[in-house]
Amino acid sequence: MAEHETHEFDVIVIGAGGAGLRAAIEAQAQGARTAIICKSLLGKAHTVMAEGGVAAALGTVYSEDNWEVHFRDTMRGGKMLNNWRMARIHAQEAPERVLELEDWGALFDRTEEGRILQRDFGGHRYARLAHVGDRTGLEMIRILQQKAVAMDIDVFMETTIVRLLKDGDRIAGAFGYRRESGKFVEFKSPAVVLATGGVGKAYKVTSNSWEYTGDGHALGLWAGADLIDMEFVQFHPTGMVWPPSVMGILVTEGVRGDGGILRNGSDERFMFGYIPEMFRAETADDEEEADRWYTDRKGARRPPDLLPRDEVARAIVAEIKEGRGTPHGGVYLDIASRRDPEYITRRLPGMYHQFKELADVDITKEPMEVGPTCHYMMGGLKVDAETAAATVDGLFAAGEVAGGMHGANRLGGNSLSDLLVFGCRAGRGAADYARAVDVRPEASANQTEEVAREALEPFERTDGENPYLLQQRLQDKMQALVGIIRVEDELKKGLDALGELKQRAGRVTAEGNRLYNPGWHLALDLRSLLATSEAIALAALERKESRGAQTREDFPQTDPELGKINIVLRMKNGEPYVDRSPLEPLPQDLRSVVERSL
Amino acid sequence: MGDPSTVTMRIWRGDTNGGGFEDHDVEVSSGEVVLDVLHRIQATQAPDLAVRWNCKAGRCGSCSAEVNGVPRLTCMTRMSILDPAEPITVAPMRTFPIIKDLVTDVSYNYEMSKRVPPFRPKPKPPDGHRMFQEDIERVQEFRKCIECFLCQNVCHVIRDHEENKPHFAGPRMFIRYAELEMHPLDSGDRRDLLQEEMGLGLCNITKCCSEVCPEDIHITDNAIIPLKERVVDRKYDPIVWLGKAIKGRRSGRAE
Ligand SMILES: Cc1cc2nc3c(=O)[nH]c(=O)nc-3n(C[C@H](O)[C@H](O)[C@H](O)COP(=O)(O)OP(=O)(O)OC[C@H]3O[C@@H](n4cnc5c(N)ncnc54)[C@H](O)[C@@H]3O)c2cc1C
Ligand code: SF4
Ligand code: SF4
Ligand code: FES
Repeated sequence: MAEHETHEFDVIVIGAGGAGLRAAIEAQAQGARTAIICKSLLGKAHTVMAEGGVAAALGTVYSEDNWEVHFRDTMRGGKMLNNWRMARIHAQEAPERVLELEDWGALFDRTEEGRILQRDFGGHRYARLAHVGDRTGLEMIRILQQKAVAMDIDVFMETTIVRLLKDGDRIAGAFGYRRESGKFVEFKSPAVVLATGGVGKAYKVTSNSWEYTGDGHALGLWAGADLIDMEFVQFHPTGMVWPPSVMGILVTEGVRGDGGILRNGSDERFMFGYIPEMFRAETADDEEEADRWYTDRKGARRPPDLLPRDEVARAIVAEIKEGRGTPHGGVYLDIASRRDPEYITRRLPGMYHQFKELADVDITKEPMEVGPTCHYMMGGLKVDAETAAATVDGLFAAGEVAGGMHGANRLGGNSLSDLLVFGCRAGRGAADYARAVDVRPEASANQTEEVAREALEPFERTDGENPYLLQQRLQDKMQALVGIIRVEDELKKGLDALGELKQRAGRVTAEGNRLYNPGWHLALDLRSLLATSEAIALAALERKESRGAQTREDFPQTDPELGKINIVLRMKNGEPYVDRSPLEPLPQDLRSVVERSL
Repeated sequence: MGDPSTVTMRIWRGDTNGGGFEDHDVEVSSGEVVLDVLHRIQATQAPDLAVRWNCKAGRCGSCSAEVNGVPRLTCMTRMSILDPAEPITVAPMRTFPIIKDLVTDVSYNYEMSKRVPPFRPKPKPPDGHRMFQEDIERVQEFRKCIECFLCQNVCHVIRDHEENKPHFAGPRMFIRYAELEMHPLDSGDRRDLLQEEMGLGLCNITKCCSEVCPEDIHITDNAIIPLKERVVDRKYDPIVWLGKAIKGRRSGRAE
């Protein structure tokens, strides 16, 4: 094979979202020579789109808030399937990580007393989301990006990793290509942090960008790592539904946190009919109490509109299915009749702009039409809570690509805090690991040659499959057969369809040359998209119960036995293999925290 | 609107070796934006058409191009505002070197960004920082910047003057400097640098940058002019300055 560019580092971080940037900052601070690699330009990762805020028990709005309550909410939201060690670390360290951003220049919205203001979000007992209007992710990514640049961390932008390299059982680096030139590049490094985000592009209706093709999940799987909780894909209850071209674009939960309510096509506040047992004691059961809650937190219980996302998404699907949807097949999200225009445009400028520009809807005057949209992947690499180490030596994972923290369902705002807490820990874990390595691993040349040869195959075929059409087909199948509501025979059909698509993806073609060629890039991304989609479908089939984001029509109940295990995916003889692993039992002191009624 | 109709998209195709406009007839459905149509062309006619994008919601600033000669985010440009009877031209941003098709080499901006002396916080009081909403509102306006580089693209100081680039930070970076200078916790002073190396003096307040900003940031009025005042008025009085800034505050969608 022709020569390729080669770089050596102590730690490489794949991904430049919140998790990747925070990991790189920490690794570099620990003295490791660190590089960041990302598919897009710096500052454009998914984190930039995050709107509502970052969850941390700062207690600036409600002094009653503390890490225990945050831990409790997170575990309950995750239907107790969370890795409790991660959930505990997360709740304990989030405040410190958020305040540190302020030391680096972040400007969160303020309270009257000049402290960080916190906003209400679903599933959080107290107003807990530090935020900047509805552009919190932008603030976070800019601050982290500028910090990383100021620390002189090497950044390889528009570079896609297609394979992790190994030396025996250890990680030895990563191999990929520069999007701009199409040329290959090898990174030699004993420690690799995966921070590649999620897999939303497996679905047709999604709030996620082109980057979300599950690369990190697939890279980890192929390198021999365990994935857990892959059945738990979060569908956010409120995405845009009209016009079709914007379907799926997110409408932040902040709309509901700031007073917006859900109504069906017949103008009923249907959420009162969908309060689950687990949350009954803390949820208002009539409109008067729900409305009072916004001003009287002690005397009233929270509105059902702010139940965790899985509950609200399911309720919306049910309403639409029963024929009580809106003209464009959604439900109404109404803030116009509840708050004055000045308040709405100040608190939710991005939403105002988004609806005005893209849908000709003035949200200060009319209700929005919304419906569920694929949003977040709870599942990912199985990691150690303290160090973020995956199950392969030298591999670490943080952010959306890591599993365990959120269990069966993530609470809003808990991702941005997760990125900071575990990004930092992964950076430290990787730097410590790299420092302890005495003989640097070396990947054999035939690994890179094989990957390079495979990557170029699409150019050799003249009349093969169109990558764009294959991706569309995959999205249609996943949406229809492995979507919000699942049932065994559909899941099986889904797996068959994925099998067929895998075959066809083996015949995919690329036109033109290697210079900035999106068709070719997609042809390569398809492989990880397929591998990750298959992992989702296999795990969904294996979990024969409904829990959190997994809703099985054929198994509508929660099965206590399945509450004690994670579904695990790993490669065995070149094929994905489904396994189970027991959850570590929750210690008694933490159990009483979770069961505490507030 | 309603049924799909067909339009002609006249797209610049080429690379560093040159190129030209190529016509693609393509279907458009109601509600679509220019980026949707570019995607349809990729999927059905030109799989290697190079386009940058990420969020498709006006939040990441990746998809900038010149549509019918006007610099815009293609994901926020509704097809319905363009005349379907005429071919719709889509060209890459002109100020930056071409890579391929609609993708340009924007590394100049990243280089200039590296040269901004970082945030330098004042010592932290034992009970943590306190800042008030009114003290940070102006800086928050600047922080809305999504780095689409459309303002850099239209600024005449560099648009046809490659030679000015090494010593001109450009409007995007000016708001970055303004943001640091006006940050309640920052203790740095970047005024000499701005004047001597970053070309603040080259800006003659034409306001073209403010006009194209998709985030409606008042780049010239709220960042560049106050910076110029600070640079000139070395003995400036922060109270006087703050008074001016508040008077000049606009009412707009995103404040
Ligand atoms: C619209 C929207 C709003 C949201 N709002 C909130 C919110 O208010 N609060 C909250 O807590 N969460 C929110 N979330 C979720 C949250 O934003 C994401 O979960 C989080 O940003 C993921 O961060 P990350 O660092 O894991 O990955 P990302 O920020 O997605 O970064 C992934 C990085 O990996 C790179 N990458 C991927 N594959 C490869 C590869 N093969 N080679 C090289 N690089 C690669 C990408 O280029 C990118 O740089 C929101 C999500 C969306 C979509
Ligand atoms: S106002 Fe100044 S910075 Fe803005 S476009 Fe004009 S010359 Fe350039
Ligand atoms: S200031 Fe406005 S136009 Fe300039 S880069 Fe930022 S968002 Fe774009
Ligand atoms: S794609 Fe993000 S701004 Fe257009």
